Amino acid sequence: MLFNSYNKGDFYDEMFAEDGSVRPHYRKTLERLNRLEKNEYLQKQTAVDLAFMRGGVTFTVYNDNQGTERIFPFDLVPRIIPNHEWQVIEKGLIQRLTALNMFLHDIYHDQKILKDRIIPPHYILGAKHFRREFMGCNVAKDIYVHICGSDLIRDRDGQYLVLEDNLRCPSGASYMLENRAALKRAFPRFFQSSQVEKVDTYPQELLKVLRYVSPVNVRTDQPNVVLLTPGVYNSAYFEHAFLARQMGIPIVEGRDLIVRDAKVYMRTTEGLMPVDVIYRRIDDDFLDPSVFRPDSLLGVPGLVNAYRSGNVSLANSIGTGIADDKVVYYFVPRMIKYYLGEDPILPNVETFLASETQDRVYMLENLEKLVVKSANEAGGYGMLMGPWASKEEIEEFRKNIIANPRNFVGQPPISLSRHPTWSEEGFDGRHVDLRPYILYGDKITVTPGGLTRVALRKGSLVVNSSQGGGSKDTWVLHGDE
Amino acid sequence: MSTLPQMPFIERRGSDFMLSRVANSLYWMSRYIERAENIARLLDVNLQLMLDFVDLDDQQLKEHWLPILRSAGDEATFFKYYTTADSQSVTEFMTFRTENPNSVLSCLFAARENARQIRDQISLEMFEAINECFLFLNSKNALEVWNSGAHEFYEQIKKYSHLFQGLTDSTFSRNEGYEFIQFAKFLERADKTTRILDIKYHILLPSVQDVGGAVDAAQWQALLRSTSALEAYRRFHVEDILPKKVSEFLMMSKTFPRSIRFCLAKLDDYLHLLTGTPKGQYLSPKEQAFGALLHDMDTLEFTAIINMGLHQFLEKIQRVLDGIDDFIYQSFMHHPPTDMEAEIRLHQQELQQQQSFIA
Repeated sequence: MLFNSYNKGDFYDEMFAEDGSVRPHYRKTLERLNRLEKNEYLQKQTAVDLAFMRGGVTFTVYNDNQGTERIFPFDLVPRIIPNHEWQVIEKGLIQRLTALNMFLHDIYHDQKILKDRIIPPHYILGAKHFRREFMGCNVAKDIYVHICGSDLIRDRDGQYLVLEDNLRCPSGASYMLENRAALKRAFPRFFQSSQVEKVDTYPQELLKVLRYVSPVNVRTDQPNVVLLTPGVYNSAYFEHAFLARQMGIPIVEGRDLIVRDAKVYMRTTEGLMPVDVIYRRIDDDFLDPSVFRPDSLLGVPGLVNAYRSGNVSLANSIGTGIADDKVVYYFVPRMIKYYLGEDPILPNVETFLASETQDRVYMLENLEKLVVKSANEAGGYGMLMGPWASKEEIEEFRKNIIANPRNFVGQPPISLSRHPTWSEEGFDGRHVDLRPYILYGDKITVTPGGLTRVALRKGSLVVNSSQGGGSKDTWVLHGDE
Repeated sequence: MSTLPQMPFIERRGSDFMLSRVANSLYWMSRYIERAENIARLLDVNLQLMLDFVDLDDQQLKEHWLPILRSAGDEATFFKYYTTADSQSVTEFMTFRTENPNSVLSCLFAARENARQIRDQISLEMFEAINECFLFLNSKNALEVWNSGAHEFYEQIKKYSHLFQGLTDSTFSRNEGYEFIQFAKFLERADKTTRILDIKYHILLPSVQDVGGAVDAAQWQALLRSTSALEAYRRFHVEDILPKKVSEFLMMSKTFPRSIRFCLAKLDDYLHLLTGTPKGQYLSPKEQAFGALLHDMDTLEFTAIINMGLHQFLEKIQRVLDGIDDFIYQSFMHHPPTDMEAEIRLHQQELQQQQSFIA
């Protein structure tokens, strides 16, 4: 009985209710797990790890001169979401992405939301990722964000909150698919009887989206779609190759492409063939050294001009990073209200802007109680976790906030929900978040499931793979138990 | 402008094309695996051969191992790390030293790196096979297996290669990519057989007192085993193992898959498939040299080749192979590398012109 000594602690536990009883949607899973001996469980875990290693389902560790490849640690116990909960998440994400996309179109065209003073203009016009070069520039079907991976968390009461929107090159979809495959191998019969919604149509759905946004100038229903990767040494290279293979499209590097007369071509064994749609996994800054960073060797000179001329589509579009800015995040609920006339279905985490005087005063007085984030950092970097930080760290942030308030936001620490996870002492609660994948083509769809990331270190709230995070398969049930 | 690509523009869409970089990686992946297998077999057989001659002195050992080293590796690099060429030092150098680009380890690491760059293009089974091999070589276990019995180790390497080639056969579509893989494999194999034959041709020039002796027979037998040809030879020639017959078999056999002629015939097939030139036609000078060599192999008596000098003939084959290799590279895999600075200048000028036009 592997769960006999499980202690849910004073947290929102995904599997167990306040009174310690199992939540209905986890009941069958708990029964199945409790029938396992410890050794059987460990054997299954080892088999999965080995399969990941053999299949090269790995990411490259940067701060290690060996270029070591590691597997993304995978915990066998699935995270389960009942259908009625999922429906709310799905609606909320569709609502949010609709508004964000309207926002992007607006600020690169008429800027009504700024003129109407819903968002103070200086926050947008002075933002690091605002690309003024693209003012007035049209993108295919007016879609800016084709692939979105918003991070959701649950608070002490189990309420889902949006922690951040990833609108540039969200990663991890391949792990969602590989985790599912691994879980099916580990518990084949049990999985079959569990009524779980499918995730494995994701690559086909993605390909449909990419074809849908083929440039208007290209009159074909068979556009040449490619995936642009920074190369084999990028930490997410496995994912790039995986998705390209699943979609049956070529994976290209910058050196495979060349631009002539504002058209993009790839170098094939027969000659130069046109490229119509690029699923790019390279950030804006590195895309085109003739426009952005001239030292980038990853990019393709002339690509931006080809894009602006409407001869090639990029997914996601250039300039979406503005909406990833943590200061802009603060305004998303207002965008929803402004563009859609609706109240947000999924709330934000309460956020203070250091550049607003009142908020700043509050933040500076309460640094040891707050989480402070840099506006444009990701991956768990550039953060102050007030309650756990040393005096020196707090003073360091205080100085930085005063010097550059636009660059900081504060949030109360959220006690993320916990999930039973295997540890050296058996099953123990670990904090989790959820990254669903949202695709925007002829309509917006959310893959039922996503990547549940788990902070494997006891007590840790950081789920990023670069900082000791692991992942779980995520089940959305057809029903509610 | 110098940065203009020399390749033609093709206004075509669809899925039946291959990036030049991908072709290049498929080629090297396949070639490195075949190379690793050949080196593994060569070392295995020679280590076993040494077991039969326990009382060799340093000089004799050196005479045995040096030509092997020369055939596959870099002698100069070797002497940077070792003072004497004996069983231990040569096999270690040719198996594990990553400073030696042609060691078994280097070859398989390079093969895996190429596979990784195109893992979306090869089957999952192929990638897993080569990745498993990589994980085995990267583990402590590999050295332990080698230390406790080199034979087992080389067997394992050969098995990985066979597994990979078998999976290629059963899981890879018969398209242009397959043609690059096969071309590379037979090119490497033909080249290695010429080199193995050439080593032995030097060492095994029978000295007066050894003619027909036990040593001689054992060494020719080892040569056959270096190319997996012993059983095939025995079925073909019921008589004893005779130097001339062995060399003739490895050069001229039409049916044995590691003989030079067999490999050349396969290369001829894939060359024509890749270029689309009708069978029997050879357009460029390098293709013509290859066609002429094939013709020689079909028409010359082996005695005539011996009289011309076997060593010279083997060298000629290597030259022709180099030529056809370069031809394929230039035709399909090579695009002049992008001159980034020139490209950036070009596109910035275009942008400025557009902007001044609008203004």
